[in-house]
Amino acid sequence: MLDPAFLFAGILNGLLAGGIYVLVAVGLTLIYGVLHIINFAHGSLLMLAMYAVFWLWRLLGVDPYAALPVVIAGAFAFGFVLYRLLIGRYNHGRDENILLITLGLSIVFDNAALLFFGGDTQTIDVPYAGTFVEIGAAFLPLPKIISFVASLLICAALGLYMAWSDTGKAIRAVAKERQGARLVGIDVENIFAISYGIGIACLGAAACLLMPTYYVTPTSGHAFVLVAFTIVVLGGMGSFVGAAVGGFLIGITESLGGLFLGEQLGQIGISLIFILILLFKPTGLFGSKA
Amino acid sequence: MLEIASLRAGYGAIEVLRGVDLAVGAGEIVALLGSNGAGKSTLNNNVSGLYRPFGGTIRFDGHDIAGAPSTRIVEAGLVQVPEGRRVFPTLAVRDNLELGSYRRGKAARAQNLERVLAMFPRLKERLTQSAGTLSGGEQQMLAIGRGLMAEPRLLILDEPSLGLSPLLVEEMFGLIGQLNRQGLAILLVEQNVVQSLAIAHRAYVLENGRIALSGKASELAEHPDLRKSYLGH
Repeated sequence: MLDPAFLFAGILNGLLAGGIYVLVAVGLTLIYGVLHIINFAHGSLLMLAMYAVFWLWRLLGVDPYAALPVVIAGAFAFGFVLYRLLIGRYNHGRDENILLITLGLSIVFDNAALLFFGGDTQTIDVPYAGTFVEIGAAFLPLPKIISFVASLLICAALGLYMAWSDTGKAIRAVAKERQGARLVGIDVENIFAISYGIGIACLGAAACLLMPTYYVTPTSGHAFVLVAFTIVVLGGMGSFVGAAVGGFLIGITESLGGLFLGEQLGQIGISLIFILILLFKPTGLFGSKA
Repeated sequence: MLEIASLRAGYGAIEVLRGVDLAVGAGEIVALLGSNGAGKSTLNNNVSGLYRPFGGTIRFDGHDIAGAPSTRIVEAGLVQVPEGRRVFPTLAVRDNLELGSYRRGKAARAQNLERVLAMFPRLKERLTQSAGTLSGGEQQMLAIGRGLMAEPRLLILDEPSLGLSPLLVEEMFGLIGQLNRQGLAILLVEQNVVQSLAIAHRAYVLENGRIALSGKASELAEHPDLRKSYLGH
């Protein structure tokens, strides 16, 4: 039963799945770190981005990978405007109102998608979907390898941006010290909107990388966000590194769980980790107390 | 340079400042004295654009800035070093200083960083350390350094001596005098009456949201009311 080659393949598969989780979780943790709320619209926005990728392919014939720059930019703009016009305007300065607004948006988006796109499962046919790459004993689908590498590159680029650019530093400054940020002349409201935009841009990237192997329905975003939320708690709320490490851990857990317990029960491991983290290290692996 | 006239301000329904007049001229150190709860920080934060005043005018270089956003006020060169330092705890000392020139002084960022580090050698040793791990005195230096990175024309210092050891307090007041001799106008908001009056040109005493006393610092130092309420004799 415990064939090492089998195990190796399971771990590789988990790592590959983790790449997408990392992208979704990084967006969630970034928004949490700056705005101090869980973005309840995360799953719905991922779903909208997936539909955007789907329609770009269906109507214009754009390959999902070629759509990356457009969808990332579009998702950023959508998130930015959403924050500026709705979330930032109607929260009346209270973080918990943002939570309610994003929850409301989620309901509106889900039902709008159902109304306009219907409840059918939509998929994209790409010529490379059936291409496999052999690594050791593991046969890995090419699109999953591409999505893994692209996720890592996008996260690394975002990490560098956060570390080196003035805007990135301002985002980290606003996350912990809003008043100090205002006093050096940072437009805090604008930073909120930019952070929300970047969080949604991560979803745009995830959608492009998902669609060659996955399907979209009006509810398909939520499964990812539930996993992403577990990752954010595991890594530490608001921690960038935590989201990255947690994403891969959860990906592997899910894959190995599926291997030993069967596909139906694979996600039990994730819930188990979630419970254990809450019991023994509620601040997460890389979280701070404050 | 800064002219505040009949300023009324507060929080929600509570009026803290009930008609305050105050002015700071170019090249001056003006001390704003008062006990806890007198309204000193309320005044600063209205001047800096964190809150919108209820009424009155705040003019900087002749332009009305009452109710203007903090971004515009910093841009004009009016910079506050707040009470409690408000440094960015998770960012390195260098990043904290660089963000000081986020809105203003970006062009000369490198030179200004050199200048600030020459002024605070302690910060130079800790450039890559995150600001949250610094001692209170070091954080105060960092907050002032961050303020200077914006090339301020008027610097508001809110309780810079709070929580510092007597030796550091001495150093802090020395530094304030030095900055002023380089031509910087300073509004020094303090509870430390004796040392503030020794260094300031003029001073105001804020009590219950109103200016109770004002005048030359040397004269106020001898004022019987002030001696009675703050020095106990």
